[in-house]
Formats: sequence, C-alpha cells, structure tokens
Amino acid sequence: MNIHGLLLLGILLSSLLTGVIIFFLREQSHRLRTWLNLLGAGLKLILVAALLWGIYHGQGYTLAFDFLPGIQFALGADANSVLFVALSSFLWFWTTLYAVGYLEDSPHRSRFFGFFSLCVTATTGIALSANLVTFLVFYELLTISTYPLVVHRGTPEAMRGGKIYLVYTLAGGTVLLLAVVWLHHLAGPVMFKERGVIQALVATHRGELQILFLLFMLGIGVKAAIVPLHGWLPKAMVAPAPVSSLLHAVAVVKAGAFGIVRIVYDVYGVENAAKLGVLPPLAIAAAVTIVYGSTLALFQDELKKRLAFSTVSQVSYIVLGVAILGPAAAIGGLIHLVHQGVMKITLFFGAGNYAETLGIHRVSEMNGVGRRMPLTTAAFTVAALGMIGVPPLAGYITKWYLKKGAITAGDEWVAVVLAVSSLLNAAYFLPILYRAWFLSPPKTWPQEHSFGKWETHWMLLTAPLVTAALVIWAGVFAESPYSPLAWVKLIVAREYGP
Amino acid sequence: MISSWSIALLILGPLAAAALAFTFPKQGRWMALASAMVTVGAVVALGREVLVGGVQTHHVGGWSAPLGIDLRADGLAVLMLGITALVSSAVTLYSPPYFLAEHDAEALHRGRYFWPLFLFLWTALNGLFLTADIFNLYVTLELLGFAAVALVALAGKREALTAAMRYLFVSLSASLFYLLGVALVYGQCATVDLPSLAAKAQPGPTLWVALALMTGGLLAKAALFPLHFWLPPAHANAPAPVSALLSALVVKGAFYILLRLWFEAFPALMTPAVAQVFGALGAGAILWGSVNALFQKRLKLLVAYSTVAQLGYLFLLFPLAAAREGGFLAWSGGLIFLGAHACAKTAMFLTAGNILHAAGHDRIKDLDGITHVLPISAFAFGLAGVSLVGLPPSGGFAGKWLLLSASLAQGQWWWVAVMLVGSLLAAAYIMRVLSHAFTNVSEPRRPHPIPPVMEWTALALAVLAVGLGLAASWPAELLHIGAPAALGGPGL
Amino acid sequence: MIEADHRIFLLAGAVLFAIGFHSLVVQSHLLRRIMALNVMGSGVFLVFIALGSQAPGPVPDPVPQAMVLTGIVVSVCATGLALALADRVQAATGKVELEDDAQTHRNATDATKESRG
Repeated sequence: MNIHGLLLLGILLSSLLTGVIIFFLREQSHRLRTWLNLLGAGLKLILVAALLWGIYHGQGYTLAFDFLPGIQFALGADANSVLFVALSSFLWFWTTLYAVGYLEDSPHRSRFFGFFSLCVTATTGIALSANLVTFLVFYELLTISTYPLVVHRGTPEAMRGGKIYLVYTLAGGTVLLLAVVWLHHLAGPVMFKERGVIQALVATHRGELQILFLLFMLGIGVKAAIVPLHGWLPKAMVAPAPVSSLLHAVAVVKAGAFGIVRIVYDVYGVENAAKLGVLPPLAIAAAVTIVYGSTLALFQDELKKRLAFSTVSQVSYIVLGVAILGPAAAIGGLIHLVHQGVMKITLFFGAGNYAETLGIHRVSEMNGVGRRMPLTTAAFTVAALGMIGVPPLAGYITKWYLKKGAITAGDEWVAVVLAVSSLLNAAYFLPILYRAWFLSPPKTWPQEHSFGKWETHWMLLTAPLVTAALVIWAGVFAESPYSPLAWVKLIVAREYGP
Repeated sequence: MISSWSIALLILGPLAAAALAFTFPKQGRWMALASAMVTVGAVVALGREVLVGGVQTHHVGGWSAPLGIDLRADGLAVLMLGITALVSSAVTLYSPPYFLAEHDAEALHRGRYFWPLFLFLWTALNGLFLTADIFNLYVTLELLGFAAVALVALAGKREALTAAMRYLFVSLSASLFYLLGVALVYGQCATVDLPSLAAKAQPGPTLWVALALMTGGLLAKAALFPLHFWLPPAHANAPAPVSALLSALVVKGAFYILLRLWFEAFPALMTPAVAQVFGALGAGAILWGSVNALFQKRLKLLVAYSTVAQLGYLFLLFPLAAAREGGFLAWSGGLIFLGAHACAKTAMFLTAGNILHAAGHDRIKDLDGITHVLPISAFAFGLAGVSLVGLPPSGGFAGKWLLLSASLAQGQWWWVAVMLVGSLLAAAYIMRVLSHAFTNVSEPRRPHPIPPVMEWTALALAVLAVGLGLAASWPAELLHIGAPAALGGPGL
Repeated sequence: MIEADHRIFLLAGAVLFAIGFHSLVVQSHLLRRIMALNVMGSGVFLVFIALGSQAPGPVPDPVPQAMVLTGIVVSVCATGLALALADRVQAATGKVELEDDAQTHRNATDATKESRG
C-alpha cells in the first residue's frame, strides 16, 4: 500500500458517498441533489484525470487491506483498469447530466440517483479491482445496484423485466462465485497479472482449468450477454433511457466484457488459454452472438429493442477480439470497449430524446424526425454510421483491426462473420436514418413536449452531442498519441510483448 | 484481576438489572440500558484480556473444578458474548418505542414484563457462553428456555399462547433428554468439566447413548430440521423484539453447546459418519426452510422459515470442521456466518415489526407502497437480505466463502452444491418481499408514524451484518484462541 | 447386593423417563402433559442417584445428589411456569389442549370477525 493508493479510494468514494447522501435527501430537494450528482461525477472525473497523469509519470497505485482470512481486498491501477475507469467515469458524467434532465418530474428521484451512484461505484470498483475476490465483490454490487434502476418505473412490466434480470444475473453470480472459490483452492489468492497467474497449473490441472474457464465464461457471460445468456437484456429495456445507456454502454454489459478480458488476459493469460484450447470455443460463441444479435435487431420495430439486440451483437466484438490469438485482434477487441461505449450511449441518448420530447418509441414512428430534432438526429446518425463501420468513424477502426487480426491468425471465417455483421448493421440502421431524414414528418407527434428555444431540454441535448463528437474524434485521430487506441496498443504490447 | 471482574460483570450485570427491572417495572428500559453499557464494556475488556493473555478462567467463589463451578472465556465464548451484547443492545434501544407505540393499556402492561424477562434471557445467555461444565450448561439452558417461553407468551394472543405452550413442552423435554445424557456421562467419566472430559472419555456404548440423548435434545432446541416444527409459530407470533432475540440468539445457545460437546469434550466420538449426518440434516434444513419461506403469506413467518434454513448452514460446520485439512477454515466460516445471521435476522425482525406497526398487518402481497413510507426500513431489509443471500462483501458471504473453500479443499463438493442452491433460494424469497418496495401505488397510504429510532436500529444492525464481511479476519483471529485441538492446523 | 440394587434403580429410571416421554407425546390434556414432564424428570433423577451409588467405598458420591437437588429446583420452577401458561391458554382458547396451527389461525380469524360483527 502507498499513500497514492488513497487516490483509488477517492475515486470510489466520490460516487459512493454521493450516493449514500442522496439516499437520505428529501424528494423535494431537487437543486441540492442535482448539484451533488454533478459534483460527484465531476470530482470523479478530476480524480481519474489525476490517476492518468500519475500513471503517465510512472507512479504506481495500490491499496489493500485484509478481507477474508488470507485474502486481501485489493485495488490497483494497471493499464487495463485505467482504460475502463476512464471510459466509465467520462461517460458517467454525461449520463448523469442526461439523467437529471430526463427524470425532471418523475417520482422517487432520490432513490434513483442513490442507486445510480452506487452503480457507477460498482463499475469503477470492477475496473480498479486488483484481484479476483475484489472483482467479485463489485460485480455482485453491480447486480444489486442496477436492479432498482431497471424496475424504477414500478409497472408490472418493469417488475417482470427486473425479475428476469435478477434471475439471470444472480444465477451468473453464483456460478462465478463457484469458479472463484475453486480457482482459489487450486492457485491460492489470485492477483491480476499480465499473462496470467496459472502457468504452473497448465500441465497438471488441464481438465479442471478447462471446466473453470467454462464456469467463468458462464458467470461473466450473463452480464456480457453472450448468446444464450442474453435473455435479460431485451427485457431490461423497460428501464428509463438513462438506465439503458448505463446498462449498455457504461456499466453492466461493459463490466461483463471487461471481466472476460480480465479472465483471459490477467488470470489465465492468453498463451495459457491457447494451450488449454479454450479460446476457439469462445470465439465461436462470440461469432454466433454477433450474427444472432444483428439478425434479431432487424425485426424489432421498437427502437430501444433494436438497440438492445444491437448491443448483444456489438459487445461480442470485444469477446471475439480477445478470443483470437494475436496482437491485432486484441487491439480490435479492447478498443471496441471504448468505441462501443461511446457509440451505443449516443444512440440511447438519441432514443431517449425522441421518447421524452416527441413520445416516439417505434422505428415506424420516426418519419421526418430529423427535421424536428436535427441536432439529436445528427448525433444519432454519426453513432449509427460508426456502428456500421463507415470510415473514418470509431467503429471502422475496430473492424479494421479485428479483420487484420483474424487474417493474421489464420481464422478467415471471422472476416466473413464481420462482413455479414456489417451488412446486417447497415440493414437495421440505414432504414432508420432514411426515415428520419428523408421521409416527411406526420402532422402531430405522439406526445410532444416543448422546451423553449432548443429542440429539447439542454441537458438532454448536450450529452449526445459530446459523445457523438467523441465517436468522430476516436476515429479520425485514432493514430494520434492521445487517442484511446494508443493506450490500447500499450496494453496489448504488455500482454503479447517479449 | 481484571478478567474475573469482567466475567463476573457479564453475569451479574444483566442479572442485577433484571431483578431491579422486576422490582421497579416502570424503570425497566433504563435498567436495560445500564446493563447494555456494562455488558458491552465487559465484553470489550474480556476480549482484550483473551487476545493478550489467552483463555481466561474464573473459579466461582474461589472453588475450582471438580468441586466448584468454573467459568471460562476463550475466543469462541467472547465472540458469542459480543454478538449477544450487540443484538441485545439494539433490542434495548428498539423496544421502548415499540411497546409504547401500541397505544393501549394492555400493551403497555406487557411492555413492563418484557424488560425483566429480556434481562433474564440475557443473563442466561451470558452464563451459557461462559460455562465450562456440562451440568451447569443444563441449568443455563433451562433458564434460557424459561425466559424465552415467557417472552413468546408476552404477545398474549391465542396464537402466541399456543405457540409458547408448545415451545415450553419441546424445550422442557429436550432439556430432560440432555440431562439424562449428562447423568450417563457423569456415571462414565466421573466429571462434568468440559476440559477434563476430553481426557477421560473412552468411546463405548454408554457414551454413545449419552451423547445421542444430549444431541437429540439440543437439536430440538436448536430447531434443526426435522425438529424445527415449533420454531416458525413461536418466532412469528412473538412481539418483534422477542422474535429477534429468539432467532438471533436463543437457538444458537443450543448450537454452541453442541460445538462444545462434539469438538471439545468428545472429539474422539466425532466419526466421519456422525459428521455427515449432521451435515445432511443441515442440508435438509437449508432446502426445506428456504422452500417453505418461499410460500409463506406473512412476512414474519417468512423470516422465521428463513431462520430454519440459515441454521442449516451452521450445521454444515460439522462435516467440514471435523476433517483435518481446512478444519479451522470451516470452523471460523460457520461462526462468522452465525454472527452475520444474528445481525441480519435481528434487522429483519425489527423491520418486520416496523411494517406491522405502520401497516397494521404483515401480509406480503399487500406490502405495496408501505415501503415507500418506510424507506429506511426497506433499505435495512435489503441490506440484511444481502447478507442472508451471501452476496459480497457481507458477513454471510465471508462465512459462505470459508465454508465453500473448506468443502472444496476436502473434496466434499456435495455441500458446495447445497450452499449455492440455498443462496439462490434465499435470493428468491428475499426478493418476494423486496420487490414490493419498487412497485407503483396509485394512492400512497397514510400509515401510523414510526419513531425514527426503530428504523435506525434496524438499519444499524443490517449495516453491521454487511460490514462484518469486510472485517472477517478479526473474528477469525479471535477464534484461534482456545480453538479445539481437533480442528487441525489453522487454515490451509 | 448393592450392585443389583443400583441396576434396578437405573432401569426404573429409564422406564420412568420412557413412560413420561410417551405420555407427553400421546396425551393431549395440558395437565397430563405437564405431569408427564414431571415423570420424565423423576426418571432422570433416579438415574443420577443410581449412578451416584456406584462409587467405591461405603459413602455414595455426593455430586450427583447435589445435581439432583438443583434439578428438582429447576423442575419445580418449570412446573410452575407450565401451569401458569396452561391456565392462560385455557383462558384464551377455552380449551385444555393445544390446537394445531391451522385451527388456531382459523379460530383467531373467526374471533376477529365476531368482534367486528
């Protein structure tokens, strides 16, 4: 432990304390709650920036204390954590701003924002965990803190969705617990380390390690929504739009993908995993998920459902990149952690704006919406094009590296999967864009609200514009030294380097 | 002699308070408060003594065993005393407004009897945890049973009286089974002193019969499946603070004696077969209790059946701690689980009491909206639930983790399956209640107001149940002191 | 001679205990069940005394006798408590035996209805 380690604690507390205080605020103290929210989010962002600066200057950060007998509760910041923590705290700030605007008049806001803050605490905790047990702690905390968000509306439909969400995630959590205890029994306390910690066991415990890998993937795959464990994700769409953004881009699904990265790179080590022969099945599962999600997305008329199935598909790009051996594919997978986040959050912000401002929930109602809400629709368009993989947007970078990696590794079938997926992406996004820009608007919108001189509430507008700008920046300036890509290359060099 | 001081205070403090509360019924709550302060101080002092100086022994009246009565405090005893002090202190804070809030004369009247009985119960528990001979354990067990039965009857309604009467029959006959076992042990070993028994006990038919009688009686008192039938009505019909005491502490008294008997006095008789039988009964309790909890219509009955299930986990300690490898892991895991359950279950029953007071009923299906007006209680229930389900970082998680580690280390994977299924079932019955906290209600109800202290004590205990997990290495360290030799080495 | 005596007492104690327990389970009248508990207790005390007379030498071991004395005190208290509780049960339910749970619940609901009506 060092004094700098307290910075890690600060990053966690900046949202944890905010959340706890907000729980006890009275419903009416709207202004105070808003300030606290933004203060917490801003403070976290500043602390994360300090962390980045410190790591850039070679400072190490660890924080540990005794937890279970013989096992520590350990936080740390390695290259992987920094990638995820920076992404989630950045996106959280904008989601908070968006959520404040979105939930302006809805009931139970103190409860909502309390759990909202807990949720991001759990996510940053997952990012900053330095060992498996700590990871498990925050992983379960994430489950608990997102349930109230999913059922926030309290309608019978929301309660059903929440129940399904809990059944999936708690069952997944139980499988993960089993895997973690079992691995501890085999390998002792497991600290995350580049290239894994199980080298000594590969030769002697081959079968057990293979079963364990399956258990890990089942446990974490629930959150990452790998087919057939994805059933909860479309049902959880009953949640308010900011929660969907959070689930899809910042917290839950992302935590699942990040968990898979952790297990493959920092617990098993990619070489050991390859020796155990567990990567090809994972790659196949990811490929199936990619095609399945995209195909189902085609048939959804409800906008948020279409986006949900798109998430199912897109998150598995990350898994696919991890599962294919070789640095290029790894770069493609890891960078998609960031790219999918900014693109998908923009799309959900857009969907939320349509629903909140015009009462539009279905693709078939979107005719001419670009003329009524040009800025929102522009952001939506950028993100959708990015998802399809149009150069020079963020998604293009992902697909380029993945394809290169697959061909280098000799897995040409992956290139075919990627091409099919891109076609499907285009098939379910382009009709939306066409409707929005080129068809004429109806005389009246389903349920229109007026927000003065802007097309919608300014808080609802700022967030998607910022994230859409990021989609462009991450693509256009991908090769600059200050892009997410540069950081990802550093991570991959450490995993694969000499 | 600081140590004999604190040991004496732990028994005399609550006893004197009980006598005073009986004499001056209106001052009962202040007596309890004084007793709580004295007891907490004494436990802390005793804990320090034990940590520094090892096991502490106090010869009552200066007579040592075999003639006199020995009081002994090792790590296990201190842990149990600490849990008791914690739960009892919370009940002390919670109860005055609980009984006052009833608003009718009869209830106020009952409230007066609550205090002396509660303090006698506390005395009996402290005595039980400090006693080092099996006959004196009988006496404390009976005192505990009397106070508990009277407390159940306190509610005064026909269900409560019937449940109390049935509880009394079970409790008295179980004690007599135990006492008959004590007689046979004495006939065989000529001593009732726990430490001396280990040296003198020779496995033979008489001892087996004796131990079977004692164990049978204690299992009935600990309400282990299938002898749990008396527990749900007794715990569910008592006033909320009483239910909390019964579920959190009283049943654990019998469990504690079982630990002392099988691991300290007669480790030679602890064969793998015996250990597996205990485990099988525990597994049965986990499954049966959880499934029953799923189908209860009333909140307090659900919580009571959850106790039946959670007690099952404690008995998994037997097959797992009896093995040489990782025995201590399971031992500390089971006892940390016990502590977490005590805190969590107290929080739950107190919450149930709040809901009963506010809504006037505890039908689960009609709980919509009531939690909107009791947010702190709902939060407390949720946190307690986290520990009962065993989600990290709660005390329940720490306990389960250690038990799971031990079963994997010993290759007893069947307990792993039971524990994991039990967790999922627990999640299911907790969510049955908790989901009502989030449903929409068209018109918010106007419930009876609840004094804040009733909500905050419940929350404090729930926070403790969760926080215990983060500090799980402390109780483990304490448990090392005077841990039975039969457990094998400390940890893996 | 002494040897034989002690065995008889031991056996008698065990039989008393068994008879008592049998009645406790089979009988339903509360007073009978309370008496059954007392018979069980007497059985246990007899076993104690019998085992105490086993001791070598002319004087029996005093420790079991002390235990029996303690046990009798406890038993008297228990009987007192049980009688008081049985009295309350009879006052509340009008019966001298325990109802099963379902019945208790039903009666309680009826009573509430009556009091409302």
